[in-house]
Amino acid sequence: MDDFSYARPSDVATALQWAAQPGAQFIAGGTNLVDLMKGGVAGPSRLIDITHLGGLARIHELPGGGVRIGALATNAETAAHPLIRQRYPLLSQAILAGASPQLRNMATNGGNLLQRTRCPYFYDTGFDRCNKRQPGSGCAALEGFNRNHAILGASEHCIATHPSDMCVALAALDAEVHVRSARGSRQVPLKDFHRLPGDTPQRDTNLGAGEIITALDLPANRFAEHSHYLKVRDRASYAFALVSVAAALSLDDNVIQDVRVVLGGVAHKPWPLPDAQPMLIGKPLEPEILKSFAAAALREAKPQSGNAFKIELSRRAIVRALNLAAAENGATSWA
Amino acid sequence: MKQRIGPPERGAPGGKVTRRDFLQSAASVAGAATLPAALATGTAQGVPAAPAVPAPAPAVHAVTRTAITLNVNQQRHELSIEPRLTLLDALREHLALTGTKKGCDRGQCGACTVLVNGRRINSCLSLAVRHVDDDIVTVEGLSGADGSLHPMQAAFLRHDALQCGYCTPGQLCSAVALLEEHRRAEEPRARLSDDAIRERMSGNICRCGAYPNIVAAVREVLDHG
Repeated sequence: MDDFSYARPSDVATALQWAAQPGAQFIAGGTNLVDLMKGGVAGPSRLIDITHLGGLARIHELPGGGVRIGALATNAETAAHPLIRQRYPLLSQAILAGASPQLRNMATNGGNLLQRTRCPYFYDTGFDRCNKRQPGSGCAALEGFNRNHAILGASEHCIATHPSDMCVALAALDAEVHVRSARGSRQVPLKDFHRLPGDTPQRDTNLGAGEIITALDLPANRFAEHSHYLKVRDRASYAFALVSVAAALSLDDNVIQDVRVVLGGVAHKPWPLPDAQPMLIGKPLEPEILKSFAAAALREAKPQSGNAFKIELSRRAIVRALNLAAAENGATSWA
Repeated sequence: MKQRIGPPERGAPGGKVTRRDFLQSAASVAGAATLPAALATGTAQGVPAAPAVPAPAPAVHAVTRTAITLNVNQQRHELSIEPRLTLLDALREHLALTGTKKGCDRGQCGACTVLVNGRRINSCLSLAVRHVDDDIVTVEGLSGADGSLHPMQAAFLRHDALQCGYCTPGQLCSAVALLEEHRRAEEPRARLSDDAIRERMSGNICRCGAYPNIVAAVREVLDHG
């Protein structure tokens, strides 16, 4: 790991000011950044440790039944918090499906949004070609090992996927990201926070230079009774998703009143399925209806050489997640 | 990885570390009770030994050192470190607490698990400089002041929950944290299934495959204290 200097501001304004220096980067939990620095993928000359910024680790109620989650609350604290377990069991489930207990104790919510892809060609500097690491150098994954890569929204420049489980649930729960800069504050829907690769895969998110995530807002949840996070992976635990599905249902006597379905592990960002509402609202929860929705959801999918299986896997995972969501009763299970 | 490990004069030009450098510096530090002088005085004047063959000019950058105090196993340690030093390397190379193991060094295996303020973390992915006010417990700190084993250590022995033992310090710290997490949990104290124990221990890889006995040891302490 290359040398760097280290500073620990205690308020957001100072943190933003220090971060404006060339080569400076924020560090929070560090579970991804330190890993990238060890691999030579990231090389900040100055780290601004934001873990001591006041007030950003709180989780509290908002008027109207929503909840605000501080950017610096850890993933573990968030998953275990009574407000999240009771009102947003989908979010608890998704967080607990990711990483390991040790990493969840370190990783923060803001950092979870900003984690980078796990594409092996991005991580391994022994490969010259990676447009995300070195814009214009090409994409080694296109003709390489791409079993875990994107089937939706990819470009000829990048087929990486976003690795977060938490973000998939946040997208399904209509979360808003609070962002602050020297110019003021703004809110971005989680669905619009991450970017598709296009011809600028080096940019993962729409967070601008000089901006910092301060909190995530969750609106009152209509889906607390019937939601499920289904993660399909190569081993039972501690692995990234091949495909994941955040499914959230509002049901009245087996008729769908409202619905959210978001896919993970298939694209450069959490992949919401907006057709869920027109195709499913007012319909009974029946196998043929769910299957035709799942088929339509994957119509635009384009497989890579090594991951055509993900298309059928996604279809089946969508149907299964919706059925499991319908069968749940709002309780959070911790494994 | 270009991380320099151990006293600076051991580093090859450019800050690269050879396996031989690493083994030599690790050996010299492991046997030392106090800090190497160059580290303790906070200087960074170590000059690399002249290479036999002229090497390309090394990248030169000013090494910034920071004086910190680490509270480990209820003892205070004064250190002068580079900000890039991980907590794992601080424990092993500076404090000679070699119970904590370096496995993958990338947060994937759990061998480096320690407790920080009662919570388990991967010390390989955490910078030492960030732990100034923290209460750190390593495997050396699990046993009682009189040397009596922690109940989890005793259970690991009874159940033969290891083979080579390299992952064991991390498994132990993780299992002790698991107990604490379970006691803190607000949900009714449901008995954890074996699957739940496996899930909660999934951040600790055992290459020997001692998992059935590890689960049995954790099970026993959960059920009987």
